[in-house]
Amino acid sequence: MSTTTSAPAAPKKSSPGFRQRVDNLPKAVKIALWVVFAIFLFLLPLLNIPFITTEGSDFGGVLFTVATYVLVALGLNIVVGYAGLLDLGYVGFYAIGAYTIGVLTSEHAHMSWVVVVPIAIVVAMISGIILGAPTLRVRGDYLAIVTLGFGEIVRLTLVNSEWLGGAQGISDIPKPPGFELFEVPSIDWSSGAPVVDLDTTSTFLKFGINDFVPYYWLALGVISLVLLFDILVKSSRVGRAWEATREDEDAAELMGVPTFRFKLLAFALGAAIGGLSGALFATKAGFISPDSFQLLLSILFLAAVVVGGAGNRWGVIVGAIVVSYFPERFREFADFRVLVFGLALMLLAIFRPQGLLPPRRTVRAKRADDRQAVLEEGEASV
Amino acid sequence: MQNLIDNFFAYTITGLTIGAVYALVALGYTLVYGVLRLINFAHSEVFMYGTFAALWVVMLLGGRPGAGVGQVVFWVAMMFVAAMAMSGFIAVLLERVAYRPLRKRNAPPLIALISAIGASFVLAEIMGLRSRITGWVGLDDNLRDYVRNSRNNAGMPTIIAPQPIFTVGGYHVTNVDVFVIVGAIVIMIILDQFVKRSRLGRGIRAVAMDPESAALMGVNRDRVIQVTFLVGGLMAGAAAVFYMLKIGITRYDAGFILGVKAFTAAVLGGIGNLRGALLGGFILGLAENYGSAVVGSQWKDVVAFVLLILILLFRPTGLLGESLGKARA
Repeated sequence: MSTTTSAPAAPKKSSPGFRQRVDNLPKAVKIALWVVFAIFLFLLPLLNIPFITTEGSDFGGVLFTVATYVLVALGLNIVVGYAGLLDLGYVGFYAIGAYTIGVLTSEHAHMSWVVVVPIAIVVAMISGIILGAPTLRVRGDYLAIVTLGFGEIVRLTLVNSEWLGGAQGISDIPKPPGFELFEVPSIDWSSGAPVVDLDTTSTFLKFGINDFVPYYWLALGVISLVLLFDILVKSSRVGRAWEATREDEDAAELMGVPTFRFKLLAFALGAAIGGLSGALFATKAGFISPDSFQLLLSILFLAAVVVGGAGNRWGVIVGAIVVSYFPERFREFADFRVLVFGLALMLLAIFRPQGLLPPRRTVRAKRADDRQAVLEEGEASV
Repeated sequence: MQNLIDNFFAYTITGLTIGAVYALVALGYTLVYGVLRLINFAHSEVFMYGTFAALWVVMLLGGRPGAGVGQVVFWVAMMFVAAMAMSGFIAVLLERVAYRPLRKRNAPPLIALISAIGASFVLAEIMGLRSRITGWVGLDDNLRDYVRNSRNNAGMPTIIAPQPIFTVGGYHVTNVDVFVIVGAIVIMIILDQFVKRSRLGRGIRAVAMDPESAALMGVNRDRVIQVTFLVGGLMAGAAAVFYMLKIGITRYDAGFILGVKAFTAAVLGGIGNLRGALLGGFILGLAENYGSAVVGSQWKDVVAFVLLILILLFRPTGLLGESLGKARA
């Protein structure tokens, strides 16, 4: 991730920025770099790199949590970043995805995991449409509070419905089917230098209860698919329509963009990805209860998107990592986690209001604004 | 349904008392929304600090059940002074630390919300960690009664014993109920007149209507915003006193759900509209209680949110519209 985080510092005036330098590389080198990076990500939980690895909690599990946050952030980014709709109840879709898995694989039916995950996505998407169709007509600030209400309604319904397990939730969610292809050894640093440890291994795609690394691999795979989808949609007509709607809804409507339909589409896609991440969460946890879907989680999700830079998919990934990884890494300060997190949010808002990695458009727009301001002041002084 | 008919007045009075608290907190949201067009997410913590100030002053003065009238009046007066001072101070501090730096940099509204969320976490956690924090400065022994079990409920002695004053339809309306409802309405009227008649109130309305023109006409915008936060904080402090008299228990995270409800009340009545906040608060309190009587008290919060969604669908600017500022479609 260090390569990505260094990007915002790079674009200075004259020297070629990080991005240009990457863009100028030959295509083969670029592909090779990507492959190396992807392999690094897949092996990350087994490398046990000192300092990065969390002590006290299983690193594979932590990385899985980070991966679900990344997935959620990508989904919420479509709603908040691309379409500009403020959603404070995203956890509702996450819960719907998780509970679909719970109900259909454990509580009321015993369907196969492979079949249920698409169902969970569809159910979350439909709930997004049901919520969005009436509420997307109200304007931005109100949408925030309506979605916040929706998140709470979902959670309270879960608490109060015996059919859905009530406050106890749903347990014994089965593991997804896997296969045992090969074992990947991990690396041991206890002697100070990296040594390949052939005793501690992770079996490729055996979804057990002790080793969470395969779940992390599954999540990474899902993230790459979603990312690909995200890139394709964003650069299509749909992405441009979202952008137009976000910048000026009236103008977009006049230009013939059916804004309501595109907002609804963004909402539905966001909900689907939220449901998918909820489904993954339920799969790994094996147990879900309404407590896992507190309103606070919605706010953390939104924080991930805004911290990273709403509208930039790489930015929101960084944001999700920041929001989910640091609290796990610094568990020894558990009592002060929320306090430090709050302070960090405030500092970030003051010193980097566009997020850690703002979308290139925003950077351009801000520069244009600054130039305009200089011009106006210049005129005034004449 | 039968339950609601049988206990109609009990639910009505309870709804009105809790509605009065919602309404006073809702004013803070509405005022800030009016002048800044942003949701002051941390306002719930302003209220929470007020409840603790009220609690601590009663503990400090040795408040206990069954004291004489004069003493009770003194205690309640001190509760108002302490809670309003504390909430007002926190609100102004919040504006200084979390909002003003952003305004100076022309940050987008979404980032102000993030800053507010951050401030809300910080404030709530400071209260939740107060035993640790006083431990660092070596005051934990002296302040033990005030800071112990800082993650748990803190209860206040019932200084006003609830006594029935009169009976409506089989429900004994207590002195606390009457005090809360009447007190809240009186405070609202004072605020309404302040905004309507005073010079500062005119400034608030001017900034709400058009910040730039107001600035051109010589209104000091920063000062108006500060006063707006202060007034919102004072209202939250008053709400905190009523809350402590009626409920009597607070906690470091007590503000959150109440804040969400109060914001709902503000939107319900038409955000930016002072009378709307009053109406929205009472309607929300009533609806929530009637609703819980019909479908069960565990669905109380669901009723509140469903009501909000319905109102926004059929009347997107709230019941009374947005009068403090101009409505923006």
